[in-house]
Amino acid sequence: MSTSIKIYVPRDAAALSVGANRVATAIASEAKKRGQQVEIIRNGSRGMLWLEPLVEVETAKGRVAFGPVTPKDVASLFEANFLTAGAHPLNLGLTEEIPFFKNQERLTFARVGVIDPLSVDDYIAHGGFAGLKKAVTMTGAAIVQEVADSGLRGRGGAGFPTGIKWKTVLGAEADQKYIVCNADEGDSGTFADRMLMEGDPYTLIEGMAIAGVAVGATKGFIYLRSEYPHAYQTLLEAIRTARAARWLGPAIGGSSYAFDLEVRLGAGAYICGEETSLLESLEGKRAIVRAKPPLPALKGLFGKPTIVNNVMSLATIPWIMANGAKAYADFGMGRSRGTLPIQLAGNIKQGGLIEKAFGVSLREIIETYGGGTHSGRSFRAVQVGGPLGAYFPESLLDTPMDYEAMAAKKGLLGHGGMVIFDDTVDLAQQARFAFEFCAKESCGKCTPCRIGATRGVETMDKVIAGDTSKLALIDDLCHLMTDASLCAMGGLTPVPVMSAMTHFPDDFNRAPKRMTPENLAAE
Amino acid sequence: MSWDDAVASSIVNEYKHLAGATLPILHALQENFGYVDKRAVPLIADALNMSKAEIFGAITFYHDFRHEPAGQTVVKLCRAEACQSMGCESLVEHLKNAHGVEINATTEDGRLTVETVYCLGNCALGPAALINGELVGRVDEDLLDAVCKGQSHDRMAG
Ligand SMILES: Cc1cc2nc3c(=O)[nH]c(=O)nc-3n(C[C@H](O)[C@H](O)[C@H](O)COP(=O)(O)O)c2cc1C
Ligand code: SF4
Ligand code: FES
Ligand code: FES
Repeated sequence: MSTSIKIYVPRDAAALSVGANRVATAIASEAKKRGQQVEIIRNGSRGMLWLEPLVEVETAKGRVAFGPVTPKDVASLFEANFLTAGAHPLNLGLTEEIPFFKNQERLTFARVGVIDPLSVDDYIAHGGFAGLKKAVTMTGAAIVQEVADSGLRGRGGAGFPTGIKWKTVLGAEADQKYIVCNADEGDSGTFADRMLMEGDPYTLIEGMAIAGVAVGATKGFIYLRSEYPHAYQTLLEAIRTARAARWLGPAIGGSSYAFDLEVRLGAGAYICGEETSLLESLEGKRAIVRAKPPLPALKGLFGKPTIVNNVMSLATIPWIMANGAKAYADFGMGRSRGTLPIQLAGNIKQGGLIEKAFGVSLREIIETYGGGTHSGRSFRAVQVGGPLGAYFPESLLDTPMDYEAMAAKKGLLGHGGMVIFDDTVDLAQQARFAFEFCAKESCGKCTPCRIGATRGVETMDKVIAGDTSKLALIDDLCHLMTDASLCAMGGLTPVPVMSAMTHFPDDFNRAPKRMTPENLAAE
Repeated sequence: MSWDDAVASSIVNEYKHLAGATLPILHALQENFGYVDKRAVPLIADALNMSKAEIFGAITFYHDFRHEPAGQTVVKLCRAEACQSMGCESLVEHLKNAHGVEINATTEDGRLTVETVYCLGNCALGPAALINGELVGRVDEDLLDAVCKGQSHDRMAG
C-alpha cells in the first residue's frame, strides 16, 4: 500500500528565484510517472538560501533535506529512494540537524519553513493564535505592560521600545486608531520581513490583531514595498483566508473585538520606509517626511493615533503573548532583549536567515554560519544595517550584535542585514554610492540631505580621480548632514561614508593606480 | 493596451472609495496600460477631490510609475549593495557593451526595458532581477544574453 508521502518545496521568492517551481513540477510529474503517491506542500524557506531549492521529505525520524535540487536531479532522487531518505549526493540529513539551522534561537521564525503558510489549520496546529486568544482576555494596559516587560525594541532600525509606543497610543483618546505595519523593507541586504510574510503570514496578522486589541484600534494597514510581488499575493490570500476563518473581521477569534486589515503597495521609494513618509504615502500623497512632533502615535494616519511598527516587531508579539514577557527577555544582552533575525547576504558562501539572541558576534555569523565569501577571495568589509549602516573591517568583527555595542563603534544594527564584500571592493566607490543613493532617494524636504548628497557625489568623484584634498570637504558635508537633516536618511548617510573613510583610508588615496591586479596583489 | 480615457476612468472609479486611493489607482492604471499617461492627472484629481498639482506631484515622486509604455520584456535589475558585492555593475556594463542596451531605457524596437531597482529581497542569491515579474537569482551574462535576444533560458520559467 502506498500512502501519500509529504514533500516540501518552498514557495519563498528566493527559492523561486533559483527554480523551486520547476523543481516542484518535476517532482510531481516524476511521481506520477512512477505511480508514487506524494503530497507536495509549498512551505516557506528554512532560511538556508544557498541550499535552495531545498526539498524536504517527511520521514518517521523527521524531515530530511535535499539541496540544492535542480529539475535534472529529480529522476535520480527517485532512483535513490529519496522518499525514504535514501542515500544521494544531495541528501543533507535531518533538516533540523544541519548546524546552520540547529544552532539558532528561532522564536519569531519558529514556524517559517515548517508549516504550510496559507493553512489556518496548520498555523493553529503549530501554536498559532495562542497569543491572540490570551490577549482578548486581558486589558489593553496589561497587554501593553507585557510587551514592555519583554524588552522588545522596534526591529525597523531605530530600536525604539515597542511597549512605550503602544502605551502612548493606548492613552490617546480618539474615535479611530490605526495599526500600520511597515513592510517597506528597503534596506539592501535584508529580507527577513519578506521571508516571514511569505512563510508565516498569519503570525503578522495575529501580531497586528493583538496590537489592535491592546490599544483599541479596529483597522490595520500593511504598507508593502512593490518590489515584493510574491509577498503581496501571499498576504492577500492570507488575509482572505484569515477573514473566512473569522480571525479577522467583526468578532476576531469569537471575541468581542473587531479588527480588519488591508495591504497597500508602495511604489519604489526608499524614503517610504521612514514612518511619517509612509503615512503620507498611505494617505495618497507625495511621501514627504513630516516634522516630529506630533508623533504618529498621537497624530498618525489621517491624523489619528497610530502604531507604526516593523514586520518583525509585530510578528514577534504572538510569541511574547503566548510564552510570556520573561521567556522572551531571557534571551539577549544588555538593553537588547530577545532575538534578532539576522540576514546574511552579499558575497557570502552560505547566505540566509539566522535568528539568534542578541549578542552574537559579527565574526561568528560571517565565519561559522557564512563559511567565508562566495567568490572564495578574502573577506574585506561588511556593511551592517542597510544603506545607512557602517562598513566594518576584519578588526571590528568581534563586535557583538547589540544596539549599544554597534553604536559604540559608530555603526548600527538597523534591520539586521549584513552585506559581505570580498577584497575586490573599493570603499571609495561604496562611499560615493551612499551619497548617490541618498541623492536619488531623498524626499527633498531639507537642504542638507537633498543638496548635500549631490555635492557628496560630485566631491567623491574628484577624490576618486585623485584629488585627495577634497576629503576635508567630505568630512564637512558629513557633519552638516548629520547635524542638520530632518530625518535619518540625510542624518545617517554619513555613517557608511565616514566608516569607509575611517577604516579603509587606502581606498581614498590610491588614484590613479586604483584596482589594478598588481595593486590588489600587493595588498 | 494603449491608453483609453474611458477605461482609465472606470479604473479610477473602481478604486476611488479607498482611503488614500492615489497609489492603488496609479498601480491599477499602470498594471492595465503599462504606464500612467498624463491624461490620468485630471481624472484622478477630479475623482479624489485633490488638485492636479498634487496628483502630478505624486506620480513623479514615486520611481515605479512610468510616463511612457515599457518594452515587452521588463527587467528590473537590482543595483543595491548586496548585488554590487556580487558584480551587478559588471552586468550593467555587459548589457551596454554586448547588446547596446542602456539601463533605465527602452530599446528602440520596443522589445526590452531595463530598469534599476534597489533591492528585491534576494540579497543572499545575488545578483538579482525581476524579469517580467519573475524573481531570478544568480543572474549572469548568459541569462541576460538570452533575455536580450528574446530567447528562453532554462533558469526562467516563461
Ligand atoms: C530612510 C529611512 C528608511 C526606513 N526604512 C524602514 C523600513 O524599510 N522598514 C521599517 O520597518 N522601518 C524603516 N525605517 C524606520 C521607521 O521610520 C520606523 O522607525 C519604524 O517603522 C518603526 O517601527 P519599529 O519601532 O517596529 O521599528 C526607516 C527609517 C528611515 C529614516
Ligand atoms: S533628511 Fe532627506 S529624506 Fe529626510 S526629510 Fe530631509 S530631505 Fe527628506
Ligand atoms: S527641513 Fe529645511 S533644512 Fe531640514
Ligand atoms: S541588494 Fe539586490 S536583492 Fe537585495
